[in-house]
Amino acid sequence: MVINTIFNSFHLIGPEIAVALLLLAVVIFDLAFPKNKKFLPWLTITGIIVAGFLTVKQYSLESGFVFESGNTQGLIVIDNFAFFFKLLILGVSLLIILFSVSSEELKNCYDRAGEYYTLITGMILGMFFMVSTVDLITLYISIELVSFSSYVLAGFIKKSKRSSEAGLKYIIYGAVASGIMLFGISLVFGYTGTTNFYQINHIVVHSLSPDFLLSLAFILIFVGFGYKISAVPFHFWTPDVYEGAPTTITAYLSVASKAAGFALLIRFVKIIFFTGIDENGYWILSKAFNWSYLLIIISVLTMTVGNFAALWQNNVKRMLAYSSIAHAGYMLAALTMLSEQGLLAIVVYFVVYGLTNLGAFYIVLLIHNKTGSEEIDDYDGLGYQMPLMGVAMTILLVSLTGLPPTAGFIGKLYVFISILDAPHYTLAVIVALNSVVSLYYYVRIIKHLYLNNPKVEREFTFPVTQTILVLVLTIPVIILGLYFGPLLEMGKVSLRMFGF
Amino acid sequence: MENNIITSVLLFVPLVGAMLVLLFPQKNAPLIRFWGLFVSLVTFVVSMVIYTGFDPSVSGFQFVHKIAWIPSLNITYYLGIDGLSILLILLTTFITPLSLISSWKSTGHKVKEFTFFMLLLEVGMLGVFLSLDIFLFYIFWEAMLIPMYFIIGIWGGKRRIYASVKFFIFTMAGSLVMLVAMIWLAVYASEQLGSFTTNLLDLYKVGPNVPHNIQSWMFLAFTLSFAIKVPLFPLHTWLPDAHVEAPTAGSVILAGVLLKMGTYGLIRFCLPLFPQSSIQFAPYISVLAIIGIIYGALVAMVQSDMKKLVAYSSVAHLGFVVLGIFAFTEEAMQGAIIQMVNHGLSTGALFLLVGVIYERTHTREIADYGGIAKIVPVYATALMFTSLSSIGLPGLNGFIGEFLILLGTFKSSVLGNWWFAVFATSGVIFAAVYLLWMYQRVCFGKVTHDKLNKLEDLNTRELVTLLPIFVFIVWIGIYPSTFLRLSEVFSNSLINYIMKI
Repeated sequence: MVINTIFNSFHLIGPEIAVALLLLAVVIFDLAFPKNKKFLPWLTITGIIVAGFLTVKQYSLESGFVFESGNTQGLIVIDNFAFFFKLLILGVSLLIILFSVSSEELKNCYDRAGEYYTLITGMILGMFFMVSTVDLITLYISIELVSFSSYVLAGFIKKSKRSSEAGLKYIIYGAVASGIMLFGISLVFGYTGTTNFYQINHIVVHSLSPDFLLSLAFILIFVGFGYKISAVPFHFWTPDVYEGAPTTITAYLSVASKAAGFALLIRFVKIIFFTGIDENGYWILSKAFNWSYLLIIISVLTMTVGNFAALWQNNVKRMLAYSSIAHAGYMLAALTMLSEQGLLAIVVYFVVYGLTNLGAFYIVLLIHNKTGSEEIDDYDGLGYQMPLMGVAMTILLVSLTGLPPTAGFIGKLYVFISILDAPHYTLAVIVALNSVVSLYYYVRIIKHLYLNNPKVEREFTFPVTQTILVLVLTIPVIILGLYFGPLLEMGKVSLRMFGF
Repeated sequence: MENNIITSVLLFVPLVGAMLVLLFPQKNAPLIRFWGLFVSLVTFVVSMVIYTGFDPSVSGFQFVHKIAWIPSLNITYYLGIDGLSILLILLTTFITPLSLISSWKSTGHKVKEFTFFMLLLEVGMLGVFLSLDIFLFYIFWEAMLIPMYFIIGIWGGKRRIYASVKFFIFTMAGSLVMLVAMIWLAVYASEQLGSFTTNLLDLYKVGPNVPHNIQSWMFLAFTLSFAIKVPLFPLHTWLPDAHVEAPTAGSVILAGVLLKMGTYGLIRFCLPLFPQSSIQFAPYISVLAIIGIIYGALVAMVQSDMKKLVAYSSVAHLGFVVLGIFAFTEEAMQGAIIQMVNHGLSTGALFLLVGVIYERTHTREIADYGGIAKIVPVYATALMFTSLSSIGLPGLNGFIGEFLILLGTFKSSVLGNWWFAVFATSGVIFAAVYLLWMYQRVCFGKVTHDKLNKLEDLNTRELVTLLPIFVFIVWIGIYPSTFLRLSEVFSNSLINYIMKI
């Protein structure tokens, strides 16, 4: 009976199986051809494309629970929401691998390239489960899978003290956060007797007032999410890890791993507390726990702390790390509304933010390749010495600020629409003022690129492939800023969660 | 309504021109300069075509071009021209080529980037005046900051970086608050009209129905953004910095057109969208405007830097415009609109003249000059003429605008107190004091510095930039109805509309 169920649902986890096989293939290939590591990235890319193909094929598949048996509903679900985030994760991973190929930083660890791609594949697998889990155990395991891979990746450059420090800090914070989360999970299990989201929902729905024990459990679980999306006050690891880790991994953590964290948080809140939806698209949540309060506080803290801390940074990578904390705050602000409108804003924001942030980190990486520095003072006059990169960086920074006519504006616009639809004026004004603060430090980079005179006269040339990659990331930022109809349609489709 | 493509042509000529600049070889500076001038002249010709086809007797928008853009949010690409925007569009297309000529010599380096940003700036300014969709408007409004940031930041004076960042942050802070208000209004429209909309004409129907206390907040949010741009006292502190540090062409554009976007916004958005709140807040804003007039004039009086003096005079002049807007009489509104044009011409010319002399001597300190009237008579005449126009001498343009505004303020039933006009009038006297005093110190008396004896008079290029402005200064002064008739129907219908509510 159980065996049958498992066999019958195998085809539903095709993409996950493909990623797992890819992981094995990378390991085997690495062992079989120890001299020839040049093919590893291309092997990984092929694997990602196959997984992407299988994911797209699933789109037309009738949605279903995987591993369903008896009265226990499954461990993971396949729905449009997961579909969207899986594609996002695959796309980001693909770009990150292309970034890795052109990273000078990683060339020093060429002999360990096998590990690198294995671990990235491991992260993909973990994130796939994160975005589709509906079970507390799977939730915990998938988070750990992602975390462990990223601990090693953050400390990947062994020779660099910064990198090792990053890895160590990451693992300490991660271990504490996941321990607390596990405690919360055990409390929920003790209270409800089940680990399945839907079954917890059955129990939670009926509580009419906040329950102390459950509230405590959910706050503890939230610590785990907060750590994953680097929300204040669980963000302390972020700047150090982002600064120390190889830039490719920083970019990866700031986009993919954050996206997976958000997907998980959204699914967790929406399924467990859902009691209905009103005609304007607002969720009617169980009274067992007041998510709105918690999220508003966290979101305001996150964006404000992120932005103000970024003001004082002189290392561009660290500045972008703090800015990514602030961006998580904006997205949390949209989630706070607990509405379909808010979810749409998050989905749109992630696409926009992903493109822009990856682009910005890639250019930081390319500049580091040439100058060996990420300090903002070493960026003086670079805009003239590398014209295309300078222009691209300017566009990306304008987009991160959220100014038209770039994609970043669309993201902000949607966040504002979702907040004002509620309407929640104070929060809207806080988001607006935060954007002004963020303008200051983003413009500071532009200032160093163009307004300060270069210290050394030099010319830089970049290989065609790197130039193309920069254009691939920058041009959509402009196009999406002016024509975002399709993005909206895609966002709306991806919000059709299974079961609602 | 027929779609009329010419408004889009007006917008896209400088845009395409700017893009093409990037293809030019960096080294061929004259070619790039001629191209920039050519593009801006073509834009001017297009705007003249629009002017000849413009029917001033029609109230409402002409040359409308409307295309669906983002259907799911009801966002449209929607352009149109009426009696308010036609004058400002003409001013923009008129000032841009002149400022390009004026910078022929002074922007020695990075000509390509400079021309690119100037043309981009023109697109932004025209877009602001043409947009009838708040989403589109906001895109132009914000997008324009980036070229201006670079123009001040790259080609500016010593403290250019500070000035450009200050300019950017001040404007952005205001506009984000406005963005929040805009989205709120669009969301509110979706409750009233059944669908989310950013169409300004639809929002005009919704705005007056907004509950009173929320309307006040919305009004203040919009006004904050526009008041920073105007700039209205006490939000003016970015202006002297930006003006002083900007290169001549940047100052001319800034004074000539950019500041008008604030007053334009007040007339286009604040008044018709929130008529009740506009009337409610009119006395307060008028008080600020009058403080601006007097304060600007007094501070201008004690400046030792000529450019700073002109910059503070802008604060005073735009105070008049704001006063005219919030007097809610037809005369004052007409006066405010024509005064926007006047200020663009007179102050633009003043900045050009300061730029001319700065190019020669590299100093703007009034104390470094003296008695130059004997050495450069043509220059001195031009400076006299422009100063008189700025002061508001009858027969020149400034008089018409200030007279209408003061007349309207006296009659204003909304302000209901003729003291407003009395205090404002004192500003006219102060203007005479600071400009003539500056003129006296610079041009008359003994030649104080030997260097000045070698000063060259205006050359042909500089005369070419100044003469067209002088023609209009006299034209408006003597026969203003050519221009007033354009905005007459607009002013009447707007004032009637507001007073009815």
